[in-house]
Amino acid sequence: MATKRKPKSRARVGTTTVVTMRLYVAGRAPNSVKAIANLEAICSQYLQDGYKLEIVDVCEHPRRALDDGVLVTPSLTKLSPTPGANVIGNLSDTSSVLAALGLSPALSA
Amino acid sequence: MTAATKAVRQSLPKLATGIPGFDELSLGGLPANRTTLVMGGPGTGKSMFALQTLMGGASKRKQAGIVVAFEEDISAIMANTASFGWRLPALAKRNLFFMNAQLSPTFVQSGDFDLGGMLAMLDAKQEEIDARWVVFDGIDVLLSLLRTPRARMRETYRLRDWLAHRKITAIITTKIDGETTSDVSYGFLQFMVDCVVRFDRRLEQGVPLRRLEITKYRGSAFAPGEYPLSFGASGMEVAAPGIVEVAQPATRERVSSGFPGLDSMLGGGLFRGSSTLITGAPGTSKTTLAGKFAESACRRGERTLFVSFDEGGERIRRNLTSVGIHLDAHVKSGLLQMYSGRTDAVNPEEHLMQITALILEHKPRCMVIDPLSAIARTGALSSARAIANRLIYKVRDHHITAIVTALVEGDDPLAEAAELQISTTADTWIQLSYLVRSGERNRALTIVKSRGTHHSNQVRELVLSDDGPALVEVYSSGGEVLMGTLRWEKEAEEKTRALNRAAESSQKHRELQFAEADISARITGLQLDLERQRAALALYSHDDAARRVSSGERTNELRRLRGSNGEGAAAVSHKRRTARRKSISTGNGNGNGQERRRGN
Repeated sequence: MATKRKPKSRARVGTTTVVTMRLYVAGRAPNSVKAIANLEAICSQYLQDGYKLEIVDVCEHPRRALDDGVLVTPSLTKLSPTPGANVIGNLSDTSSVLAALGLSPALSA
Repeated sequence: MTAATKAVRQSLPKLATGIPGFDELSLGGLPANRTTLVMGGPGTGKSMFALQTLMGGASKRKQAGIVVAFEEDISAIMANTASFGWRLPALAKRNLFFMNAQLSPTFVQSGDFDLGGMLAMLDAKQEEIDARWVVFDGIDVLLSLLRTPRARMRETYRLRDWLAHRKITAIITTKIDGETTSDVSYGFLQFMVDCVVRFDRRLEQGVPLRRLEITKYRGSAFAPGEYPLSFGASGMEVAAPGIVEVAQPATRERVSSGFPGLDSMLGGGLFRGSSTLITGAPGTSKTTLAGKFAESACRRGERTLFVSFDEGGERIRRNLTSVGIHLDAHVKSGLLQMYSGRTDAVNPEEHLMQITALILEHKPRCMVIDPLSAIARTGALSSARAIANRLIYKVRDHHITAIVTALVEGDDPLAEAAELQISTTADTWIQLSYLVRSGERNRALTIVKSRGTHHSNQVRELVLSDDGPALVEVYSSGGEVLMGTLRWEKEAEEKTRALNRAAESSQKHRELQFAEADISARITGLQLDLERQRAALALYSHDDAARRVSSGERTNELRRLRGSNGEGAAAVSHKRRTARRKSISTGNGNGNGQERRRGN
């Protein structure tokens, strides 16, 4: 099951681009559930400009995860804009996630 | 024990690893469909053990396998094993699946994670290729990313559950160091598996020595203790002494040592496929002897391998040319291959590997290793001993006739026993030594032992000249062995004596001839004398006879001339005498007859 979420609105026009991400989870495993919740919180707080998030359940799409080079779950990949980034874990450490995504807490309104 | 082992084997199916020696130690291999933990320090050969097992299973039994590489990159693994001829890239296309599982340094960690996703992926892959084997190589790398001991424990349990519910034989490798051994998951890892193999690499006097030990095998017996392991031409080998059977063909074919003198001392030469050890102090011409052997082998058209240590092939050839041994042409023709190894800080195991590779590549019938003792130079004596003996066994396994030299300080041949201890393994042992006397150093050769052949107990002198080395019989005089100038003097003396003897003898001959001539001349003289005497005697006898005849005739003549009836007168006198006797004694017939005969 792949889920796509699109931003609801664009607050500031022309200042930022849309961030595309992919989150690999393992079914309803505690860490995976936590990761989804943590990421959604981060997105709603820091990516109001818009983002694309795809959630891939490795248990359902193992071949795809293999091809994508996923090792552990949960695992977040930033696809665009460059530079890309990889974050593993349940994303409980917000500041390290923000740093990896190229966002700074100061940017948030 | 064998009955018990059989029973265990029946109840516990095992899968052979194909690693020489290990299957003997583990009495059959690793437990099938169970998990084996391979642990050890870095560079001990854990990954190689796992990969070689998997490779063997994939190529020999066509069993598919999955490798999850946490530590080393797949391309690096491929490169590392390329020299063993394992063809991993080819196998990776069909039977083996490699999963690159190194977390790149750019990975950011935020919070806890687990192996749930990875195991789900492995499930899919296992189903796809019907994998029977799985290797988790370097699980410690992954576990160390988990921040809390609790998380490590949790994921170890997860892994165990996953493995327990699948029909798959697993090998988990893990590094051990101070940090991991104190962790609870480490203890649990050991507990959860059915077999534990510990790898060890330590420096023995500066040289690395690898060992392996099976520390646990649930439901099976195994050979306890540590066993040295090395990397040969086709991968890892474990030295399992006393288990691998020694089976070599024995031949009666003789191969020349290059010296007719030595061949005759050995009862016709070296046995084909035998190994000969030449020990000696520095400069006793060990290399010359070995070189001569190599040259004669090449002349017979036999492929030969000359392994030298710390001295280049070209230098050796130049030096041998000075004593009349010419190897250059044979190198050019490809018959002779020379390999020179460096011994400084090189593991003896690597030499074994190199030499084995050369044997497989060049396929020699004759071989020289000069000097084998050099591999012990780097210090690790016990491993060098093991390697040296294995090398000799390897050479013998390939039925190669080999001469191996060993440097021994001093003249005591027993010094070798303290060094490499290969004299017991070698079939023939030739000792070269110096005899210092009268300000000279001369090379002496003795055969200490030679299996299966009569050999001379005599000492020979090895003489080097431009025409080549030669073995000369020594003089033994007054309980002392004479060599060099003394031998030469003795030889000259002997020659003079022989000349004198010859002169004396001809002189005597002449004298005797003269005496003989003298005697025969004298005999002729005497003969003549004798004949003269005989003639004189004959003459005398003739005169005498003549005289007697004439005297007889004269008597008759006289008688005739004296009286006309000489006969009648005599008869008258006789009758007269008879008549007188009859008157004295009558009737005596005898007396009568007597008288009558006398009258006649």
